[in-house]
Amino acid sequence: MRITVTVDGTGYTDDVEPRTLLVHHLREKLGKTGTVVGCDTSNCGACTVHLNGQSVKSCSVLAVQADGGEVNTVEGLARDGQLHPVQQAFRDNHALQCGFCTPGMIMQSIDLLADNPNPDEEAVREGLEGNLCRCTGYQNIVRAVRDAAGHMRPGAGPAAEQVADGERTTTGARGDV
Amino acid sequence: MTAMAEPEVGRARVRKEDERLIAGRTRWTDNITLPGMVHMALLRSPTAHARISAIDTSAAKEMPGVIAVYTGDDLDPGGEVGMPNAWPITPDQKTPRRPMLAQGTVNFAGEAVAAVIARSSAEAEDALAEIDVDYEDLPVVLGLDNAVADGAPLVHEDLGTNTSAEWIFDSAEAGSGGDVQQAISSSEVVVTRRFRQQRLVPAFMEPRSVVVDPTAPQLTMWSATQVPHILKTMVAMTLGLPEHQVRVIAPDVGGGFGGKLAVTPEECAAVVVAQKLGKPVKWTESRSETMVAAHHGRDQMQDITISASRDGTVTGLKVDLLADMGAYLGIVGGGVPVLGAFMFNAIYKIPAYRFSCTTVLTNTTLTDAYRGAGRPEATFGIERIMDELAAELGMDPMALREKNWIAHDEFPYTTVSTLTYDSGNYEAATAKAMQLFDYDGLRREQAERRERGDKVQLGIGISTFTEMCGLAPSRVLGSLDYGAGGWEHAAIRMLPTGKVEVVTGASPHGQGHETAWSQIVADQLGVGFDDIEILHGDTQSSHKGLDTYGSRSLTVGGIAVVKAAEKVIAKARTVAAHLMEAAEEDLEFADGTFTVRGTDTSTAIQDVALAVFAAHNLPDGVEPTLDSEAVFDPENFSFPHGTHLCATEVDTETGRVRLRSYVCVDDIGNVINPLIVEGQMHGGLAQGIAQALYEEAVYDEFGTLTSGTFADYLVPSAMDLPSFTTDRTETAATSNPLGVKGVGEAGTIASTPAVVNAVVDAVRHRGVQDIEMPLSPMRVWHAVHQGNAAAGTEGEAGGGLGSIDPAHGGAQ
Repeated sequence: MRITVTVDGTGYTDDVEPRTLLVHHLREKLGKTGTVVGCDTSNCGACTVHLNGQSVKSCSVLAVQADGGEVNTVEGLARDGQLHPVQQAFRDNHALQCGFCTPGMIMQSIDLLADNPNPDEEAVREGLEGNLCRCTGYQNIVRAVRDAAGHMRPGAGPAAEQVADGERTTTGARGDV
Repeated sequence: MTAMAEPEVGRARVRKEDERLIAGRTRWTDNITLPGMVHMALLRSPTAHARISAIDTSAAKEMPGVIAVYTGDDLDPGGEVGMPNAWPITPDQKTPRRPMLAQGTVNFAGEAVAAVIARSSAEAEDALAEIDVDYEDLPVVLGLDNAVADGAPLVHEDLGTNTSAEWIFDSAEAGSGGDVQQAISSSEVVVTRRFRQQRLVPAFMEPRSVVVDPTAPQLTMWSATQVPHILKTMVAMTLGLPEHQVRVIAPDVGGGFGGKLAVTPEECAAVVVAQKLGKPVKWTESRSETMVAAHHGRDQMQDITISASRDGTVTGLKVDLLADMGAYLGIVGGGVPVLGAFMFNAIYKIPAYRFSCTTVLTNTTLTDAYRGAGRPEATFGIERIMDELAAELGMDPMALREKNWIAHDEFPYTTVSTLTYDSGNYEAATAKAMQLFDYDGLRREQAERRERGDKVQLGIGISTFTEMCGLAPSRVLGSLDYGAGGWEHAAIRMLPTGKVEVVTGASPHGQGHETAWSQIVADQLGVGFDDIEILHGDTQSSHKGLDTYGSRSLTVGGIAVVKAAEKVIAKARTVAAHLMEAAEEDLEFADGTFTVRGTDTSTAIQDVALAVFAAHNLPDGVEPTLDSEAVFDPENFSFPHGTHLCATEVDTETGRVRLRSYVCVDDIGNVINPLIVEGQMHGGLAQGIAQALYEEAVYDEFGTLTSGTFADYLVPSAMDLPSFTTDRTETAATSNPLGVKGVGEAGTIASTPAVVNAVVDAVRHRGVQDIEMPLSPMRVWHAVHQGNAAAGTEGEAGGGLGSIDPAHGGAQ
């Protein structure tokens, strides 16, 4: 099947097998290797991306389901060389060690902050329940997400990443750091 | 001259590594794509023990995109290749040959039987279904007691036994203590327990992956490994390749925890296949493959007897272990439980000690190193039985520990198991932890809840642990029949522009070596943190090393970096003296600058580096280089310690355990980067707590792993763990110039018994003396309501998320 997907602001048209998972399309066809595969039962969340403004585990979405859609990955978060506040907070709070779960954690954290711009510890833990990390014990991840919340403008989130007419939005997720 | 710079060591630097990792600019092995690369997929045995009577690969070979299909006999017609076991713990150890692909028999469910090579991984996967294997079932050997029973069926017929080895330490024989039987028979109080260390899955987040490029004279292998240097040498030895024609690269590696301390059949098969085809080959496993085919950890039965006098003075300790090795011995293999031999006596002055360990083969995935490797098991055993002894004596468990531990003024102290602890202060760490935890307040609350018969009971668990880490020294490892040494290598290259390249033989996979090593070198050489690049994990740039495991990177590899820096400064001093026309002994070196004492004449080390590069004006006979290397082999292990306190609320009506608070005060000596240390503690705690409460690799009676996915094997999520209170005391190690001790495994080693002690403490008044791990609600409920006998039930797959009844088939 021929599909067109916009990924991190670039449109790609490709022929894909109907069974191809979005994550494999991203990694193998488009070279978007920033998004990774950690399991095969949709438990770990390492492959989390945003599809049309919502976080999805890209191992549970077929590439053809993303046809005509817009995908944002961890690779597309930084704007003009400036890190997204959630990326910055992960770094500042030592919220990663090996870094394998990090792309998914960051994408899911942005999604949860869009739903709840000022989450308490419990809400962060709940919002990240579908993303596994084996290195950090989560404590610094929770700290990072709450730290990022303090640096983000209200309403920031996946919706703010959507690209219209090839132009990136310049408000929203970028925030003030 | 600038003012005295703030030292880098001790600063909470954010990590250099993170910039790439948070941007998705990563180099995982599976990201690598080479021209002409083909993909390997492996067919794995669905059965735990069977004779292979036939393999028909003809249909698979006709599948689209398939280039080749191989069986074990295709890759190794002579049946000569076996994966290495580097630690034969006894001269007569039985070591079964572990082939790349099964030959003749399969010995655990998940063992690879055939390999498909295809244009894409999907096509390779598709073709696996077309391979037809005839299996003739053999009796399945499961469970330690079953495997060593008289007349038990054998995992490997040719070995004639399921016992691989028996290893014994006896303090009476060693001359380090008395006779334990005598101590036990003459003591006023004797407590005996059997503890089970359940089997765990390391569960690193990045599945294993390997890419082999055979197209240049020097074969290059990328692997998601902790041990690129060991892998290079072992692949050469195992497959008979010339070692100088093998290059191994560990690019970004997504966690290991011992699980990637391995030389695997998959890696070796990829090399052989790549050589046969003359093309680059990639193999990346699925998580389901990781669960059954990557090695597991723990899995011991511990029979422990402790004796004491009525006043609480411990008089003897006897430990008999059965350790399940699985179907084969891994690279460390039986060495894992043997490492525990030195740790059962822990921080205590025990006058008589005997340890015996029987390593046992079963039809299961092999076990090998997992975070702590032998020391968590030992620490669990001693810290659990100390609590049982305290209960028997009617003593406060902390008072019992204090009565028996080594006092801070008794260091250095040689233990009954013959190790010499260089430094420590158990009193200080304990006092701080008790205060942070509000030990007395929680004991009061516990008494109140008991009194009013609250359905939620409070328990307090203690773990006062130490461990031996920084795996080295070579001579000690040699005395234990380990196959290699324990030194580490480092090199420093001073570049003409004053920048610095540091080469390390340690191989990080999440630990933060690039940041910590930069801090060390910045202080040593007086150069900027950002002017330093750390090179690692590629045997071409970092040609020598023994890699990262056993909390050894800093205490061995970090010290090698210091030694190399000292050599750089010594060389630079000679040149600086020459350039400033002064005597070497008149030079002072501080903050990267050589100054002629009592003058304002000075030169920076960067200027010396440029002068050496130009080499126009060097003293006679001086080589034009400041570059230096060092290999460090410490004289002793490092012995971090700490006091961990856990409060649990146990709902006696549901069996649910809630971690109310967790406080730990660890002493890891001097600290390079407190941010990194705290992260190591958090992650270590999470894994140790997960053993206590959540995780278990469960087999059904056919040898099928029923906890074979992340839906059934409960790696904790953020919802399953509390926030930890971590703090430190600092008693410098005397065994190295930085005064540092290892930290990577401490949290995992200490936390498991703290949690279990807390849960048992909460319900001890209901007649409970032990609950088998993981402490699932069902087990806790059984223990509370049916007494101790029912607490050790059959393993359960999972606890909540789609768990599967092991009696009705598994996840496979």
